[in-house]
Amino acid sequence: MNSTILITVITLSAIGMAAALILYFVARKFRVHEDPRIDEVEEVLPAANCGGCGYPGCRNFAEALVKSDSFEGLFCPVGGNEVMAKVAEILGREAVTQAPLVAVVRCNGSPGHRPKTSVYDGPVTCAIAHALYTGESDCPYGCLGYGDCVEACTFDAMYMDPKTNLPVVIDNKCTACGACVEACPRDIIELRKKNPKDRKIFVCCINEEKGAVARKNCKVACIGCGACVKVCPFDAITLENNLAYIDAEKCRLCRKCSPVCPTNSILEINFPEKKMVVKGQEKKDAKEGSGKEEKVAASGSEQKESGEESKKDKESNSSNK
Amino acid sequence: MLKTFAKGGVHPPENKLSASRPIESLPLPQTVSIPLSQHIGAPPAPLVQKNDQVKTGQLIARGEGFVSASIHSSVTGKVVKLEEVMDAGGYRRPAVTIQVGEDEWMPEIDTSPGLIKEFDLSGKDIIEKVKEAGIVGMGGATFPSHVKMSVPRGKKAELLIINGVECEPWLTSDHRLMLEKGEELLVGIRLIMKALQVEKALIGIENNKPDAIEHLSGLCLGEKGISVVPLKVKYPQGGEKQLIKALTAREVPSGGLPIDVATVVHNVGTAFAVYEAVQKKKPLIERVVTVTGPSVKKPCNFLVRTGTPVSHLIEAAGGLPDDTGKIVSGGPMMGKALNSLQVPVTKGTSGILILPESMSVRKPVLPCIRCSRCIFVCPMGLEPYLLMTLSEKKMTEKMEKEHVMDCIECGSCSYICPSNRPLLDYIRLGKAQVNQLIRSRKK
Repeated sequence: MNSTILITVITLSAIGMAAALILYFVARKFRVHEDPRIDEVEEVLPAANCGGCGYPGCRNFAEALVKSDSFEGLFCPVGGNEVMAKVAEILGREAVTQAPLVAVVRCNGSPGHRPKTSVYDGPVTCAIAHALYTGESDCPYGCLGYGDCVEACTFDAMYMDPKTNLPVVIDNKCTACGACVEACPRDIIELRKKNPKDRKIFVCCINEEKGAVARKNCKVACIGCGACVKVCPFDAITLENNLAYIDAEKCRLCRKCSPVCPTNSILEINFPEKKMVVKGQEKKDAKEGSGKEEKVAASGSEQKESGEESKKDKESNSSNK
Repeated sequence: MLKTFAKGGVHPPENKLSASRPIESLPLPQTVSIPLSQHIGAPPAPLVQKNDQVKTGQLIARGEGFVSASIHSSVTGKVVKLEEVMDAGGYRRPAVTIQVGEDEWMPEIDTSPGLIKEFDLSGKDIIEKVKEAGIVGMGGATFPSHVKMSVPRGKKAELLIINGVECEPWLTSDHRLMLEKGEELLVGIRLIMKALQVEKALIGIENNKPDAIEHLSGLCLGEKGISVVPLKVKYPQGGEKQLIKALTAREVPSGGLPIDVATVVHNVGTAFAVYEAVQKKKPLIERVVTVTGPSVKKPCNFLVRTGTPVSHLIEAAGGLPDDTGKIVSGGPMMGKALNSLQVPVTKGTSGILILPESMSVRKPVLPCIRCSRCIFVCPMGLEPYLLMTLSEKKMTEKMEKEHVMDCIECGSCSYICPSNRPLLDYIRLGKAQVNQLIRSRKK
């Protein structure tokens, strides 16, 4: 009885020892040398695996960072400058800073602005609808409204506004990973420079058709009249293919362009409301206003109102003169 | 037993309402908009300017490059606009808009009705004439015909197949053409045979057109090498690969062309256009279009000039019915729903189908129940349910391995699916993605 137990224990331990030896030598022989810094860098990265950097995941990006000699073309949009600084510290290089970006939807064609001319009852994805036809309105550039971008966002930073049937970006959640830009078959979404207090001025339209055609299909289309180009003191606005474009790098947020736009296609977002002010009080009012943080949603009705207001402003301005 | 293709296929209700209506010439509209891109391949640049006077049959854009087709004016009148007009999908494409005046044909075009049987031209000259006339495949794919008629070096054609199948339900334009222009058709076939240097031609016609089979068989008695083959009625027999399989039992290899199995397929409409181009010097400026639908007052077959707005055709067929839900350019299986009535008729428009609301709404999509009926009906032997899932998940490389590019987009899978799944929509998306992948690989 005892001897059976003894024999069993001895055989098992012998097999165990032999296996351990084989494993030990195999592990030594086939050992893959990996830079320990890759693990360290990966630890610092946000672990979102969003692909915003252009690599399939954070691990691959970490490998690329460690392998490369400089940070050229390598940037984690999600982590931003903070994370890149940490990475630079680990790798002993100088950090490269980039201005933070935010996704901007450049279409304001809510049903009120852009009447429906046909009905689509196919699969609910923009990719298929775009390949088939212009969409339910006649604008071949405008948002289709089936939410491929919202689907693509891994940070819950987008939602479809049921009123306008347009996607809305939640600025403080957006990491500028670019997944929505990739997902949009019409290239409506753009990554633009993030301004303080999330302020934005941009041409909310990408229609390159002639003014009359664009206007016929959508009330808030850019008609390429060039009024904004003339009024811009910083040469930030260019007009190409019947479409104005505001360069976010050059734009100084002076807000001169949006009131002159005849179709209200230039949007100002998160600015304090413009008020008629008496001289002297101007500064004070501006300060108060900026503290409030008013948000102008891209909804149809509200936008229309603000447009009307700006028109009124213009009129009263001219009458004052 | 009648011949047909081996794999898959469906049999939708035929509904050939307009089969007994003779071809009528449609009165000219007030303006025509002739799109410059009416074919697969590069769009040509316009040769005319605003306010130019053009005559019927005048060249207005010359096809440049090999895979391109010339465009001719279909009417006499003044060019009023060189702007973009809406195509079937609602996207705007460059076009020449002409205000129609009194019809005056180019002097070299023979407009007399007599039949000309002359075969003096060499094969090369015939192809040149076809190219000049801007003829494209009139079955709907609009591939430039002169390209198909020039056999590539190292390949040899043995057999010409003429496609008179017209497997799409509702449409009858080819059917009427075969009945009314049989003799011209045979001359056209002879000309194509000469260009291809083949001795044998088969005309495939489905058995639901017994009058056309009888008529053409009678005419073929005196013709050496041309014969009519009746086929079992099954969709999509009009697909090139299916027709070759049905007539010759040869299978075009995956990714290959009919010439790989020594055959060339042309539509009956194309053969007729070749006759007119070579014998009458008439470019391709008009075609037969069926206007039909369950509540259309007068289902018709019209001889229509290209560029005529669809609204003009519908007017002539008794106006738009009150219960209209959808207007389709082409047949119900492969046609495209229009979103404007101003869309012009092009070289590839075989019919205008007006569906009532009850027939134009998609049923709610239900989950796949793995019944595999889509696999049974796929004429290319693919697995549509799998391809749809892969497309949804954006697994492009896997899709390529599953031969998504072999899909002929016939829509049999979507037609048969008991869960109303949009199989073809997703497969088409998948094809676009795979195409992109292939292109990026080439770079």
